[in-house]
Amino acid sequence: MPLILTEEQEMLKESAQRFLDEKAPVAALRKLRDERSEEGFSRALWKEMGEMGWAGILVDEAHGGSGFGFVGAGVLAEEMGRTLTASPFLSTSILAATALNKFAGDAMKAEYLPKIAAADLVMALAVDEGRKHGPANTAMKAEKSGNGFRLSGSKTFVADGHVADRIIVAARTAGAPGEEAGLSLFLVDAKAKGIARTRTIMVDSRNAARVDFDNVAVTGEDLIGEIDNGHMALEGVLSAGRAGLAAELSGSAQQAFEMTTTYLKERTQFGKVIGSFQALQHRAAHLYCEIELVKSVTLKALQDLDIAFGMAAVTCALAKAKAGEVAKLASQEAVQMHGGIGMTDEYDIGLYMKRIRVAQEMFGDSAYHADRIARLRGY
Amino acid sequence: MTDLEAFQKETRGWLDANCPKEMRDGAGGEENICWGGRNWKFKSEAQKTWLERMAAKGWTVPAWPKEYGGGGLSKDEVKILKDEMRKMKMRSPLESFGIWMLGPALLKYGTHEQKATFLPPIARGEIRWCQGYSEPNAGSDLASLQTKCEDKGDHWLINGQKIWTSYADESDWIFALVRTDPKAAKHDGISFILIDMTSKGVSTKPIRLISGKSPFCETFFDDVHVPKEHGPGVNAVVGTINRGWDVAKYLLTHEREMIGAGGGGLMGGRGIGEMAAQQIGLDDKGRLADPMLRAKVAQAEIDGWAFLLTMERLKDEAKAGQGMGAKSSMLKYYGTEFNKRRYELFMDASGSEALEWEGERTEDGKLAKGWLRTKANSIEGGTSEVQLNIISKRILELPDA
Repeated sequence: MPLILTEEQEMLKESAQRFLDEKAPVAALRKLRDERSEEGFSRALWKEMGEMGWAGILVDEAHGGSGFGFVGAGVLAEEMGRTLTASPFLSTSILAATALNKFAGDAMKAEYLPKIAAADLVMALAVDEGRKHGPANTAMKAEKSGNGFRLSGSKTFVADGHVADRIIVAARTAGAPGEEAGLSLFLVDAKAKGIARTRTIMVDSRNAARVDFDNVAVTGEDLIGEIDNGHMALEGVLSAGRAGLAAELSGSAQQAFEMTTTYLKERTQFGKVIGSFQALQHRAAHLYCEIELVKSVTLKALQDLDIAFGMAAVTCALAKAKAGEVAKLASQEAVQMHGGIGMTDEYDIGLYMKRIRVAQEMFGDSAYHADRIARLRGY
Repeated sequence: MTDLEAFQKETRGWLDANCPKEMRDGAGGEENICWGGRNWKFKSEAQKTWLERMAAKGWTVPAWPKEYGGGGLSKDEVKILKDEMRKMKMRSPLESFGIWMLGPALLKYGTHEQKATFLPPIARGEIRWCQGYSEPNAGSDLASLQTKCEDKGDHWLINGQKIWTSYADESDWIFALVRTDPKAAKHDGISFILIDMTSKGVSTKPIRLISGKSPFCETFFDDVHVPKEHGPGVNAVVGTINRGWDVAKYLLTHEREMIGAGGGGLMGGRGIGEMAAQQIGLDDKGRLADPMLRAKVAQAEIDGWAFLLTMERLKDEAKAGQGMGAKSSMLKYYGTEFNKRRYELFMDASGSEALEWEGERTEDGKLAKGWLRTKANSIEGGTSEVQLNIISKRILELPDA
């Protein structure tokens, strides 16, 4: 498959640009932050995303979605990265939709996929327990109890965790922390007895929460994927999330870079436009090359998810590793080249640095994925 | 069956019937290249046969028009031919600066007479060309070149010196940039001229590099007479007199794409990690036993892979009609910088053994010499700094200082 967008995907990109510039620019995120919005996103905007087929971008038409596939989802994530749009798109439309599509039974799909497509529901994925990502380190227990299980433990860095209606949670039905075997995925009602949720106000002003589970009851019907063998399903869902985050990071990096080159052409010091200084030109040109590389790896990962979902883990890791690293560089160069104004809260560039820092940490930073790639390549 | 499928079938059959088995070992490397030329000594009968058969078919230069010795194939057909040759591990029948550089320049800027005179001998491997661009005082600032070319009525008189002329000592002709108008602004007084290396006053001297023997030479022109016409209606100057910089710029872009694409060998062959694991070994968890090096290697492999995908994407974009343009500077910059980084890691992984300069077990310091040679990658064909200037100006549209 050629490494370019199809005409249909190009059209989606253009309409996304128009819509987000109008309805969800950076100013919208700023407003949510300054008003200390309880929910952290706009319900009205999310509903509109449902009407446009974005919320159900990965949901097939039979379940009320637009079935655009992962490249389509990536196109939207990238554009949302440009505008720093806050929405449950990652948690619900990418992570939960993938979990249900690929690993849930028909009844569960029929119940939830149409609601996701309609943006009537917010879902979250709860994986991490410690400060660094590592699904195999899951310690949260799912103990057999009658016909079902009892969940006990704590999850952190759960995107949209405090506003979610349902939570997909990774727990240990067997084995010990550090082992990939023994994990299982459960779909839990966020209001179930024994769940305590605490919103964590993050550096990027986007939604995240700690979720504590105290003897929460689930049944075998709440299981997603296979019992004890949930690692495979979890990795599949995480791959989709990593590719989605890579696309978002790519968009944020591109936007931060464009703002920077625009500034370089405007700002005058020593009687010259600062963009004429070679010291800055070469740094900008190098960054341009790195961002081009990010565009390539991201598109490749998304295409791989569409073509051969089960084989896409490596390119998704590649995309997340490269996008995270380069987006950080883009935000650092952006603030430095903007000088003093780049340090002010009033100017948008800092918001990009903050979101990029969070997005590159989520589901494994560059070091995490570089280590995985090294292991996969036998060293 | 579509036309292309029929072409593929026919091509496969012809190649299989005509390529000698000695030429099917997939051997690359300097020592196995067939360069052709008046003084060429074939390494084997098979090499000669292979060249003759491919040249007769026009497939040494498959994309060139048939009337100039090419195969007249479309882009898709050329790709099929190359793919089939690769699948059967066939060596290239002929490589040369004539094929890579002069041919494309003549096809774009040459007259019919120039093409008819110079292209067929290139295609048949009879004449070997070298390229005379750089001068001792005109490197990155190539347009400041000073080799003098004076109009003497029926001939041009050339005086000056070129440097870094690859294989000048083995070549038959040279295409060179010379100054025909010393009073004009520096980009405006340059012409692109074709010179027979056997002309009186032309001499060459090989250059030894930090990596040892090299194909590079210095080339001297002392009162060299070049006829205005190399035959009836065959001008010695290609394109318009004093507009040689247009030709040069076109070829430099072309050369950058080639050097950047040379990055294609990056991940081909052995990966850095695989090589390091072999040299250093793994710990009890299966990780490279040198953790600091392991991190660097993993990051380099990620960048190398990302770069390969970027070459793929740019090719796909070019096919879809979005030209590559100044993006070739990105490939040149990133590809060559990456290659240097890769060899540094090879050297780190190989330790003291790779520091042997002579001796059988290192093939006379093959890795060390390769490592040193990569240092020129980011200098030749426009330095990395020049590529960054081009990206800044042409892509990012940042203002001149």
